[in-house]
Amino acid sequence: MTLETVVFGLVALALLGGSLGVVLTPNLFHAVLYLAGALVATAVVFLLLDAAFLFAVQLLLYAGGVVTVLVFAIMLTERLIGEHITQTNRHIVNGAVMSAAVFVGIAGFIVRSSLPAAESAPADRTVELARALVGPFAPTLELLGVLLVAALLGAVYFARTED
Amino acid sequence: MAAPGLAAYLILAALVFTIGLFGVLTRRNAIGILLGIELMLNAVNINLVAFARFEADLAGLIFTLFVIAITVAEVGVGLAIVIAIFRVRRTVDADHLNLLRG
Repeated sequence: MTLETVVFGLVALALLGGSLGVVLTPNLFHAVLYLAGALVATAVVFLLLDAAFLFAVQLLLYAGGVVTVLVFAIMLTERLIGEHITQTNRHIVNGAVMSAAVFVGIAGFIVRSSLPAAESAPADRTVELARALVGPFAPTLELLGVLLVAALLGAVYFARTED
Repeated sequence: MAAPGLAAYLILAALVFTIGLFGVLTRRNAIGILLGIELMLNAVNINLVAFARFEADLAGLIFTLFVIAITVAEVGVGLAIVIAIFRVRRTVDADHLNLLRG
């Protein structure tokens, strides 16, 4: 067994455990902490797939930014209501059946399709990625900036208090 | 045993995606539903990066970057909406948010 396989197994276990924690924990705050764990595990998966730059982006934006914003939102709503948001799930059986059906569908498709074997990609593609971002994908990058500004303005507009 | 192939990553992503789907279907709290959506988007990112690695195609990596940035925008707006709803209705329970029900 290669080292990569061992690491992949461990990371997969951490990712699946974290994901299950996110959907099953009654305490919403703990769910966000599990989500942070799952996101860090995903970042390690990116590292296994030779995407070092995305590893960094995932850690900074997801595990740093998104989790912080989520914690803020939970604290705000809890503070406003003055009690802990304990939360129960509903339709557990229906949800489980539905999710299992979707998984069987996807897995069946993956097993039946002929997937490409690994091509020998260059180990670090960050330079290539940067050149593509300011080359052929530059208009999309600009649009992304517009989207982020619009989202910022929208968030401020929705969350502001009337005064 | 060789290094994990493309199928291993795809199956892992499928598992995470369906766990997230389960969360979206079963959570009552609107923030909990957002957490499930995060998991599903994350699983899609794993798929994109895996294909980018095994097809030696750069587009997958760039698409993942865009997905991550759009997710950040989505979380910001989504949580702002949740807080706005909470101010008005004093609840973030998705079952009680039926104002638009016909």
